[in-house]
Amino acid sequence: MSAPLQHAGIAGTARAIDATGLTRRFGSFTAVDDITFHVMPGEVFGFLGANGAGKTTAMRMLIGLLTPTAGQATVAGYSVATQSELIRRNIGYMSQRFSLYDDLTVRENIELYGGIYGLRDSEIAERQDALLERLGLAAQRRTLVKALPLGWKQQLAFSVALLHRPRVIFLDEPTGGVDPITRRRFWEMIYETAAAGTAVLVTTHYLDEAEYCDRLSIMVDGRIAAMGTPDDVKREAGVTTLDELFLRLTRPGAAA
Amino acid sequence: MSGVPAAVNTEVPRAAPASDAAVWARGLTKRFGPVLALDHVTFEVARGELFGFIGPDGGGKTTLFRLLVSLYTPDEGESRVLGLDPVADLWALRRQVGYMPGRFSLYPDLTVLENLTFYASVFGTTIEREMATIEPIWRQLAPFTGRRAAALSGGMKQKLALCCALVHAPSILFLDEPTTGVDAVSRKEFWDLLGRLRAGGLTILVSTPYMDEASRCDRVALVQRGRILRIDTPAAVSAAYPRPLLAVRGGDRLGMLAALRAHPHAASVWPFGATLHFTDDRADAVPATLATELTAWLAAKQLHAEVSPIEASIEDAFIYDMGAEAEAGRGAGAEAGRKAGAGAS
Repeated sequence: MSAPLQHAGIAGTARAIDATGLTRRFGSFTAVDDITFHVMPGEVFGFLGANGAGKTTAMRMLIGLLTPTAGQATVAGYSVATQSELIRRNIGYMSQRFSLYDDLTVRENIELYGGIYGLRDSEIAERQDALLERLGLAAQRRTLVKALPLGWKQQLAFSVALLHRPRVIFLDEPTGGVDPITRRRFWEMIYETAAAGTAVLVTTHYLDEAEYCDRLSIMVDGRIAAMGTPDDVKREAGVTTLDELFLRLTRPGAAA
Repeated sequence: MSGVPAAVNTEVPRAAPASDAAVWARGLTKRFGPVLALDHVTFEVARGELFGFIGPDGGGKTTLFRLLVSLYTPDEGESRVLGLDPVADLWALRRQVGYMPGRFSLYPDLTVLENLTFYASVFGTTIEREMATIEPIWRQLAPFTGRRAAALSGGMKQKLALCCALVHAPSILFLDEPTTGVDAVSRKEFWDLLGRLRAGGLTILVSTPYMDEASRCDRVALVQRGRILRIDTPAAVSAAYPRPLLAVRGGDRLGMLAALRAHPHAASVWPFGATLHFTDDRADAVPATLATELTAWLAAKQLHAEVSPIEASIEDAFIYDMGAEAEAGRGAGAEAGRKAGAGAS
């Protein structure tokens, strides 16, 4: 993809995400229950779990949108409890549900996000050209985003979320509904981003995609029920596929 | 258009469709302004069949279902559902069809029981009278009858929607992406329910973007860009894969991808779960020999991998057919993807 990204002010070995005992309660309901995990720079971390297991709540705490009830976490070196403003400037976020403005052109979206992330106009112009060139979208810069095929839209959304060269990127079900080739091209972009030093935290319902992660965690009822490399978590549970492990953890009674 | 092996089922056939088919469509076409959403689609579904339309978003699956359940009228072509014309006989048809739209369309502020009672009353029946039909799903919903629909988990919402689509005891079910966004275990449970309904004799048409769900269907249609690429049983789709396919397992995935794509006979190389899938362009080569050759090719680049011949999955077949479509001059996006897969970009 691009030249290796330079991350100023953070040592290469410092944890990009570091959560300890992170907890969030809503009234009497504990959505995230004492989770501890970390993600290193350059690592692709799969954040898995059933619907309602607490992934979204955990992610909202990590991107500084929700204050933890207990425990602590740093993201890109900043505290989620006290430095959420700094966190948002140092992370990228992309979700299948929301990422770009449909009624703005490709170029307007890039300029809008560049501005929000505090980039100078000259930086935006330069990175915009490089980004569009790389995606093969140079001729589409005046096209409304809603007119782009879904696969292009998602690759564009991912690139825009990286525009300010964040240390950490959060991808919330980034590949839902796209064709199998686009899905794989998207994962190749993830690898390239990680290889350049960015930490990647990704959620997905495709368990084959979980195999592409360096490490993963599986959340069940607000807690992390399994964590490690895909091979490690399967070996520890004595199963051969992540499907089997997922079934066993989320429906303890139902596993064959 | 001859010489396009993938697009076998998209031409209007000469023979009349079987009169006892649950559903048939011939040359069904729908445009929205300049967008060709559905492009001359032809297929048949037998009574009692569980038939899957597999493909990504924007491929035309939702448009097709809306045409078949009489919510849209076609620009060209025609179809029959249970012998009825969705254009001319829509009111007769609607009583016999259960339809679950892709977007959650129940009343979020009503409880599970209130939603179900409402749908039953619209069709002039009651939950009690239809219990035999909905019983397997009702049993799973029973603990939540007093909960507002909005407060259900994703998997439970889908089960409630299925129950509402079934509550007037339809003869045929259309389920548009019932498992999208639902976790892997809830998806499995949903398909178990469909299997039970099929065993009871119901005809079911279901669409999904998840390729791994194809194996749960009697037959599948692979759908992309408004066209049907292929129709067959899941086993036959796999068996028809026209090139040797090998799985490569080892570390350094990016390095391995680049090395495999540089191979002179690489037709395509893509990550597949824990492995990379390598399709060789020599159709007649012996897979075991290719495995040895590929292992040596990688070893020469200091990459150590296990290589073994494998059967194609539905997803392999879909990717291949996308490439064949692109070669026939359709689908610029697929063309770009295919180039990346072959490392030619």
